[in-house]
Amino acid sequence: MFRILRRCARTGLATLPLEPARDADYELAGEKLRESIRRLRGGRSLYVREVDAGSCNGCEIEISALTSPVYDAERFGVHVTASPRHADVLLVTGPVTRQMELALKMTYEAAPEPKIVVACGDCALDGGAFAGSYAVAGAVEDVLPVDIRIKGCPPKPSAILGALLAAVERAGKA
Amino acid sequence: MEAPLNAGFAFQGIVIFLAAPLAAGVLRKLKAVLQNRLGAPVVQPYRDLRKLLGKEEVVSGTASGLFRVAPYVVFAATAGACSLVPVVLARMATAGGAWGDLVVLVGLLALGRFALALGALEAGSAFGGMGSSREMMVSSLAEPALLTALFVAALEARTSEAGRIAAHVARTGGAAFGPGSAFALAALFLVALAECGRLPVDNPSTHLELTMIHEAMILEYSGRSLALIEWASQARLLLFMTLLVDLFLPWGIALDASAAALALGAAVYALKIAGLCAVLAFAETSTAKLRLFRVPDFLGAAFVLALIGLFSQGFIQWGL
Ligand code: SF4
Repeated sequence: MFRILRRCARTGLATLPLEPARDADYELAGEKLRESIRRLRGGRSLYVREVDAGSCNGCEIEISALTSPVYDAERFGVHVTASPRHADVLLVTGPVTRQMELALKMTYEAAPEPKIVVACGDCALDGGAFAGSYAVAGAVEDVLPVDIRIKGCPPKPSAILGALLAAVERAGKA
Repeated sequence: MEAPLNAGFAFQGIVIFLAAPLAAGVLRKLKAVLQNRLGAPVVQPYRDLRKLLGKEEVVSGTASGLFRVAPYVVFAATAGACSLVPVVLARMATAGGAWGDLVVLVGLLALGRFALALGALEAGSAFGGMGSSREMMVSSLAEPALLTALFVAALEARTSEAGRIAAHVARTGGAAFGPGSAFALAALFLVALAECGRLPVDNPSTHLELTMIHEAMILEYSGRSLALIEWASQARLLLFMTLLVDLFLPWGIALDASAAALALGAAVYALKIAGLCAVLAFAETSTAKLRLFRVPDFLGAAFVLALIGLFSQGFIQWGL
């Protein structure tokens, strides 16, 4: 027990300051986002539900790094939840495979308004490495209205978090 | 004199509700720091609640009206329980009339838990049922230990009203804290961990469906219902911390309604709760969650501690 606490004390603060997102890393889409952010009271508290629509899990590894002490998404009020019912943000990764198409739609319906859909990773944007495969139904955009697009294969954790926060802030100000 | 004093006493329940998100925020912040993280600002729970209150609700097609009513019952029962405990002002012996006592408090908490378990079954998802059955198991084990620990304090003060117990102990001083109280304090701490869904019984920040108890029950709730349940469970945590300090360490609590005494009471209360938060954060950082089948052992230990406390209290008071 004390070994853990001693170790924590020796390590000190592991969280790094977040580098600002580069504009090339992300895109905003649509008027709806602005309205959603307004109804979410400025987006200082965001519950994120991760939906893997058929990714290679590369994106998931980067996303799970967000909860580590180094990136610590919680300091910005970003919190990963276990249920779409709690979600404000649906973070969708991977191309939408035929098997996951229905599940993705159902997750969208299960989430309460206002909700923000984020397509994360090149696959989610246009199918990426898997575009045109017989198993793929299309990009996330073909299935759901997408509000924020985050580029990269896979995007860096700091890019995911930075893009999400920058997008929310920009939409909130506009 | 009586009516306003009683109203003032009940008003303290509102203080618990208003301060509960702050206590939860402080606890999370402390845990984050112990995990070498920066953590969310301490006001984050308020932001979460505000956002949730403004959100739409999604209700599963299989749910009946009970699903919608349950959060209000939980909230109301917890609020009722909170109005029974003193925060900064103890209840004077001269205050007339009866006030709900500790048994009522335990009953109200049980009512809230019952409503939540029923609501969780409504949505027809597997996790809700799993959460409900686990919660019922944990609470059926925790309740005897809780009542026994509370009776130790009641025996010492010869009353089962929390407000009067606090007044009695505060007035008697150190002599009121016998070995019985020490055992009961330890037992109540263990029970509080189980009742509020903290480590090592439940993990408040888990996302692993197979291990969650409280979280599994609220998976289907959204919007305002979720806000009410979350707020009530934060208040429940602060309520248990308040009980711990009220019944066993109430020194500094206001014994009359003068401004100086109230200010001192408030300051001392904040200090004690902050201390308890720190103890809880240290305990949660350095322990792992127990396997579900070990929880009866954990709560059994709490019950035995409470029972030893009760016996030693009885021996001290009446001899052999
Ligand atoms: S974007 Fe890259 S890392 Fe992410 S799912 Fe597609 S191939 Fe994998």
